[in-house]
Amino acid sequence: MNAPAKLRIATASLAGCFGCHMSFLDIDERLLELIDLVEFDRTPLTDIKTCHPCDLGLIEGGVCNAENVHVLRTFRQNCKTLVAIGACAVNGGLPAQRNHLDLRDILETIYETEGGLARGTHIPNDPELPLPLNRVHPIHEIVKVDYFLPGCPPSADAIWKFLTDLIAGRTPTLGHGLLRYD
Amino acid sequence: MTEKDIIDTILTKHGREGTRLLQILREVQEALGWLSPPAITAIARGIGWPRAKVEATAAFYSFFHLRPRGKYCLLWSDNIIDRMQGSRELMHRLCEKLWLEPGRLSEDGLVFVHTTSDIGMGDQGPALLINYRVATAMTPERVDAMAELIRAQTPLAEWPAEWFAVADNVRKAGPLLSSFTPGSALRAALARGAEAQLAEIGASRLRGRGGAGFPTQRKWQACREAPLKEGQTRIVICNADEGEPGTFKDRLLLTRYADLVFEGMTIAAYVLGARKGFLYLRGEYRYLLEALDAKLDERRRAGLLGHAILGVADFDFDIEIHLGAGAYVCGEESALIESLEGKPGRPRVRPPFPVTHGYLEQPTIVNNVETFACVTRIAEHGAEWFARLGTPQSTGTKLFSVSGDVVRPGIYEYPFGTTVAEVLEAAGVAQCVQGVQVSGASGTTLTGDELSRRLCFEDVPTAGALMVFDCRRDMFEAARNFAHFFAHESCGFCTPCRVGTQVVARLMDKLAAGHGSQYDIQELSKLSRLMKNASHCGLGQTACNPIVDTLAKFRPAYERRLMTLDFVPAFDLDAELSQARQMTRRDDEAAHLFTAQG
Repeated sequence: MNAPAKLRIATASLAGCFGCHMSFLDIDERLLELIDLVEFDRTPLTDIKTCHPCDLGLIEGGVCNAENVHVLRTFRQNCKTLVAIGACAVNGGLPAQRNHLDLRDILETIYETEGGLARGTHIPNDPELPLPLNRVHPIHEIVKVDYFLPGCPPSADAIWKFLTDLIAGRTPTLGHGLLRYD
Repeated sequence: MTEKDIIDTILTKHGREGTRLLQILREVQEALGWLSPPAITAIARGIGWPRAKVEATAAFYSFFHLRPRGKYCLLWSDNIIDRMQGSRELMHRLCEKLWLEPGRLSEDGLVFVHTTSDIGMGDQGPALLINYRVATAMTPERVDAMAELIRAQTPLAEWPAEWFAVADNVRKAGPLLSSFTPGSALRAALARGAEAQLAEIGASRLRGRGGAGFPTQRKWQACREAPLKEGQTRIVICNADEGEPGTFKDRLLLTRYADLVFEGMTIAAYVLGARKGFLYLRGEYRYLLEALDAKLDERRRAGLLGHAILGVADFDFDIEIHLGAGAYVCGEESALIESLEGKPGRPRVRPPFPVTHGYLEQPTIVNNVETFACVTRIAEHGAEWFARLGTPQSTGTKLFSVSGDVVRPGIYEYPFGTTVAEVLEAAGVAQCVQGVQVSGASGTTLTGDELSRRLCFEDVPTAGALMVFDCRRDMFEAARNFAHFFAHESCGFCTPCRVGTQVVARLMDKLAAGHGSQYDIQELSKLSRLMKNASHCGLGQTACNPIVDTLAKFRPAYERRLMTLDFVPAFDLDAELSQARQMTRRDDEAAHLFTAQG
């Protein structure tokens, strides 16, 4: 019998701090066990830039600009299962703190008011740059999300439990101690 | 009198008792217009509670205002039935005339217009509370005249009295709603003796009329057997917090048959050996307070309340009326008791149950208004007579509050076991029936094909509300209205209910706006299960009943709103870039997002 086909996984960090990816790497030597079961598509680990058809997509961070929307949609179109990992993807997290302020005021205060930046600085309008959204959104407000893994970041053990459950075909459950929101 | 003197007089009247905090807050607000920070401080000092605790109570109840609410505060009843009668249009008409937005105090601080949960006038809406006085049967003409009166700052006492008339609308009376001689039932109970009277109630197989149908005798027995500590007494509470949307039968009992209710409470006191009773009257029924107090006085003078009732030595019992302040959750008995103790109305963790640890830790029974009226009739006519009415497991008659698309909305008394069709036939249905919401927002939704179902605990249990929707109506809108009702009324104590009711309301809005997909419908079903299983009290556990029922029975009403097969955001994604576009003056392709997936 042939060995079962490896699961294809893509990951991305949107409006996040890469802390969830760091926590993922904290599974340490279990990475070697994991690599026997999966292969990586687009992820900061492989430096592949676009997402191809995958079994599993892991998203860290919320959605703060137009590019985040495009990346997230590409993931949704390509991944059979999409997972929100960490406080920002689940709830908007720290970046969503700006939702209490008007984006126009933020841009004006930062770029047009004397003080912080070099003289003559203006709000950048290069078409290369993605425009920020009025508000930062958790990813489930933009696309359908299949699973949520909370935590800031979720611990390596939680990520490991979650992934091994999924890979084995079990509905992931995080028991006491692994399911936490801080 | 200065504000301080006014507050002091009210505090003295209530003996500076913290347990009377709701009454103190209401009376201070009635005198001063709102509860200012200095007023809260003075009240806290007066009753010797921490200020934060007083403010927590004041902030919990919808009818207490920690900010000015103007000289005129107009709250439109916002149940789906009121809406079907045109309440929304009338509210907006009033706002237009007065140049204001709902929910915002006018610039000159004169008037505030908003909505409130059902005020129990479904048979004579659209209705509203004007400075917490019920006004009914509103029309565009009345609203126009009202705007003039407000602009001219005419005192409420000079407004047309007919606006404040509340009709009884008794459409069919039975043995419960018949003539009664005060004292006759109590005398019969005394002649039987306490134990025999309790047995009589057991033999009648009386079940609670508030909806859950708990056997009354079992509740009373447990309370009667609960040990008393030094200085304690047993407590009889009548739950008149009739907050379930579409229900208004207790309004009638308290207006026309208060003797039946008070006598039932007195019989309970005799059976239990209770010395203290409360009638917890919902704030919306404030207009009944004076008449009920007068009725209590009348009964005291007749020797039916107070010391040595009917000459029986040691039979001392009296009743106090406590007004609620606009919190649906206080219909739950342990939340009601918290409220009676002057606290926010949050349901307690049970056990211990109120029958052993209720009001101030004393053994307490809480029964529905109608249950006490039934107790009186059982004492008067005997258990055998009562048990002959209705069905084996649901004895007696039941009052039904019928509203919505019927010719004759009002109160109907029928034996338990009567079919929905029978009641509707009496009420008169001009169009075909699409659906009937039985037992209020937390009840059961029936389709027009289920009208042969019987109203009793064996089939469709009910606290008595029937809201009728004919074929012109949209059952999705009914469910959405209920979702918002529960989101507003959740007490906030437990997360499944506090968050769940909000998420459900938002999902229903998303569907209503045409942004919904099958995923959102699945999410509704998932949330319904979660809230049913994980909520702390009945509010959260039943909040999704109308969603579950309408999803099963009126699914096309949901599906016709689905504009897309794919999940889409609830908001316009392109508009989310509007501010950045404005600030960068960009309009290139990358400066736009399209909602449809590419």
